[in-house]
Amino acid sequence: MTARARKKDRKLALAAVSAVVAAVAIGCGTSYYEIPIETPIQPKMDVSPFQRVLVAGFVAGGNDDVDANQETVRLLRSQLRTKSQLKVIDADLLPLMEVAADPGGGAADSGPSPDNNAQSPTVAPAATGTMSLPKQIKEEKDLEPYERLFANTAYWKRIGEEFQNPLIVTGTVLFSPHTRSGYVQRDQEMYDSFGRRIVRPVRMYMERKGFILRPKFIFIDGRTGATMYSESYREEILYNAQQNTPALSSYFELMDRLVPNFLSTLSSQKIKGTRVLLK
Amino acid sequence: MKVRSALIVAFSIAVASPAFADARSEARSQVEFGINVAQRGLWREAIYRWEKAVELDPTYAAAYNDLGIAYEHEGMLDKARKAYEKALELDPNNGQIRQNYELFKEINDRTSPEKGS
Repeated sequence: MTARARKKDRKLALAAVSAVVAAVAIGCGTSYYEIPIETPIQPKMDVSPFQRVLVAGFVAGGNDDVDANQETVRLLRSQLRTKSQLKVIDADLLPLMEVAADPGGGAADSGPSPDNNAQSPTVAPAATGTMSLPKQIKEEKDLEPYERLFANTAYWKRIGEEFQNPLIVTGTVLFSPHTRSGYVQRDQEMYDSFGRRIVRPVRMYMERKGFILRPKFIFIDGRTGATMYSESYREEILYNAQQNTPALSSYFELMDRLVPNFLSTLSSQKIKGTRVLLK
Repeated sequence: MKVRSALIVAFSIAVASPAFADARSEARSQVEFGINVAQRGLWREAIYRWEKAVELDPTYAAAYNDLGIAYEHEGMLDKARKAYEKALELDPNNGQIRQNYELFKEINDRTSPEKGS
């Protein structure tokens, strides 16, 4: 067989294979269609009895560079203002750590000042009793003694009365530094002999540092002082050990991941995405 | 005896095949119609079509996949999960179904708290 004849045979074989592949593709109908969807998420709580919400404050700690109590209150209030139907009450933060530390009541100034002018309520954390509270909150177990404060229905009912029975949001926030070392997979950019850019996954040992954010949001019925719902989250972020990222920006980055979950407790949300329809 | 059994099997297949082919073909046109209306935002109609498709052909993985997407879009998350799982059970190696299911699960996990009460 001549070279020309062999070339012709190869061409014929190639054409035959292409025809078979095309026929199979048509026959199997491998068509697919990308389609945008919006998944509605129902609120986890029924907030219909409330018109107002009081983000009262948090028992917070873990890092001296960030006032996690104040930052969390500010952030949640601003998110609730724009993304929920509830009217957000502007009030001073409740000094929860002082209230919890007060053994028997004399928390004459423990209440907040609603709208900056009204007098502080005299609220006694009656059920807290005497208990030893850690001077500084550094880890999760330091928060445990404060749980009794959130279960003190008399205290929260009094706060609720002061603000005309709103939904009260409180809880704990632990924002602590974190380091971890080990092998991580990274994409490394390189160029081949033709100057083309290629990206290859490479495993490398790295020292990393960052933060862990562990908030627990507690939703209290201002009419009864009882806890309606609570939820805990944990998010972490790690950077290259040489990178110097301010604690506050890490805090906001982590909170940014949690805020949709927080909001979905109180109001319905739609999550946009894309799916593939198949024939 | 063996020959007789073989004949019976062959006859059954011969009789059943056109019926099966008809069901699959009808289910397929329901799925296509469903895709068409879903692309125009008529998700309820799409659900009706895809439910009909899986009724006609309960082995049609793509129809269950599409049904999962439509249920998800309508907020019927329990039904969506079941439909995706059925689609994967029928076609476990289908990457597109798996990807849809993973995205669905991610939303569900994201919106479910670590600990709620």
